[in-house]
Amino acid sequence: MTAVREAKASAPEPSPGSRPGPATARDLPRVVTGRVVRTRSGGVSLLVRRRTVAVTAALLVALVAVMGVTLTTGDFDLTVTEVLQALTGDGTGIADFVVNTLRMPRLVTALCVGAALAVSGAILQSITGNPLGSPDIIGFTNGSAVGALVVIVVLHGSMTQIALGALIGGLATALAVHLLMIGRGIQGFRLVVVGIGVSALLLAVNSYLITRATFQEALEAQAWLIGSLGNRLWTHAHAIGIAVAVLLPLALLLSRRLSMVEMGDTTAMALGVDVTRTCTVLLVISVALAAFATAVTGPIWFIALAAPQVARRITGSSGPALLPSALMGAVMLALSDLAVQRLFAPALLPVGTATGCVGGLYLIWLLVTESRKSRA
Amino acid sequence: MSVESRVVSGQQPRPLEGASDPAAPPPTGRTGAAFRGLGLVLALAALVLVGLLSIWVGTRGIPFTATWNVLWNPDGSETSVIIHDYRIPRTVLGLLVGTALGLAGALMQALTRNPLADPGMLGVNLGASAGVVVAIAFLGIAAPLGYVWFALAGAAAASVGVFLLGSSGRKLASPERLVVAGAAVTAVLYAFNWAILLLNPRAFDQFRFWTVGSLAGRYHDIVLMSLPFIAVGLVIALVLAPSLNALAMGDQMGRALGVNVGRTRALGAVAVMLLCGAATAAAGPIGFVGLAVPHIARFVVGPDQRWVFAYSMLIAPVLLIGSDVLGRVLGAPGEVQVGIVTAFIGAPLFIALCRRRKLVML
Repeated sequence: MTAVREAKASAPEPSPGSRPGPATARDLPRVVTGRVVRTRSGGVSLLVRRRTVAVTAALLVALVAVMGVTLTTGDFDLTVTEVLQALTGDGTGIADFVVNTLRMPRLVTALCVGAALAVSGAILQSITGNPLGSPDIIGFTNGSAVGALVVIVVLHGSMTQIALGALIGGLATALAVHLLMIGRGIQGFRLVVVGIGVSALLLAVNSYLITRATFQEALEAQAWLIGSLGNRLWTHAHAIGIAVAVLLPLALLLSRRLSMVEMGDTTAMALGVDVTRTCTVLLVISVALAAFATAVTGPIWFIALAAPQVARRITGSSGPALLPSALMGAVMLALSDLAVQRLFAPALLPVGTATGCVGGLYLIWLLVTESRKSRA
Repeated sequence: MSVESRVVSGQQPRPLEGASDPAAPPPTGRTGAAFRGLGLVLALAALVLVGLLSIWVGTRGIPFTATWNVLWNPDGSETSVIIHDYRIPRTVLGLLVGTALGLAGALMQALTRNPLADPGMLGVNLGASAGVVVAIAFLGIAAPLGYVWFALAGAAAASVGVFLLGSSGRKLASPERLVVAGAAVTAVLYAFNWAILLLNPRAFDQFRFWTVGSLAGRYHDIVLMSLPFIAVGLVIALVLAPSLNALAMGDQMGRALGVNVGRTRALGAVAVMLLCGAATAAAGPIGFVGLAVPHIARFVVGPDQRWVFAYSMLIAPVLLIGSDVLGRVLGAPGEVQVGIVTAFIGAPLFIALCRRRKLVML
């Protein structure tokens, strides 16, 4: 959260168009400012907003800071030089072990999972046009958890199989929710409420799977179900790393179309966007990102819900700000994990407990401010 | 009830035997009272039937005739001990908890005029379980007898929180908002519970079976413990029923009809807290019973709260004990906790209700 505060504090007098406070966003016309970057032939032309760049840079700085603190502190303190040496491959034996075997895989996993969840949430919130339409609320994450848990408890499968199970579970849930909403539109509170119902059903499935397990398995499964980064190895980091490396560029490529879809189906169609196909592809990307993240760490709450919203607010972006969202998600999850590790030091608390508490409070705040902003 | 809602109710899973005839319209007037009375008798018969089933079906297969004989003439044999010390208390507990949850659901739906209100979905049961977690982990209370006060406090705190969040300003909460508020509170409490339990493996093992809602392993004492609270909640609820009928037309109309709106709401909230807290302390958080049952009741008898309450009190234990039996049959040789079975029955109904074109205020 430091990142958020820093960015907010460093931002000068907010310009009228860039602060989407509930009241101002509607009253004032949105002024598009920034610099247009074109290739010489004009084949590629991008609008670069100064504020977005500043926020992205600030997030990157925060990311490096969090990484630094995570890698240097802990039960065994290291200096920055020692860490760098270990990372480049010529550290001492113990520093090498601590950094490359214990801390780095966990950190990389946290960063990738955070980014994956945030982008997944950003896409879904954009498609549904609802800040509550994130994969954790409308049940996709729980669906992935069911898929993964079946593989863990029943089939005792490998990491790849768990990821596959999570993907199947997530896609099946998305399909089910989609079928349930046919003819009712996917926007508005109704989708969220149906999703909560689906989520509750899937939670019951999870509880059932847990009671079928032995005590030790149940404890592990429960820690996984709440979302944990403990004992993550390079296999986990690689699994989510590959998923992010493939899916994130795809999402960024489609983000321009996504901002046109946000303007409404008719406008988007007039602008030459195949709405149905764009939405379907983006939905699959979103579900896949959430599913792989879930497969690696279990369902972590709140990142997908809050990171895109916070990123959007501080960049003042009119469309889905996928890159800042991804960075924000990475920072948030790494920071939560750091807090959980350091604040409750000897105990091994899963990171999901921290994000769950904070996320619930954020959701409460969202409800309170929504209610002030006239009743929808 | 509108034609449309009738159609949706027709898709409900109907786990109760002979409680009603779905084809018959809810009539009015003198014949209506006879019809409703008959329905009540049928529901009672279903309850007795399910109760007998619950005493008969179990891990140890006992022939029905033997069950029947031992039921009336306890002879100290192994069979008799199983029946009298395990299955009958369990069934009685199911009756008690079911009645409490069904009535709490009906009360909540009437108070908030919200068809989606349910102690499970709105976080009240989870509030109660958060109270229990605190009792287990921090105060070292091991017996369910000690849970009840903590459960009551937790239920009260959670329900106040959800209603404050769900209602915007002075207006009554819209059904969807209330559910989302419930989800928010649930998320916080869920994370809180697990944070504490995972730090404390001993509490986790104790909590593990309690949390999914189970009727196993809780006997005479628990029945006696929760009985007074449930009884008080029940009396309050029944006394309030006529006022709630007046409130169904809106606060202003209710006031014009002589109802003290604030007092009715406050008393209703107290009753919900007593019923949910005691039920949750006794059997763990069981969801969806309070959601489904009032809808079935309204489908049969129409909107009169007095009848809805009476029917809910009879149908809910049928559903709960039935789910418990189902869990024992499906999970043999172990069992599936009743909270899981009710979620499987209730969640589809919840989704069906949400999909209605318009969520009518009750």
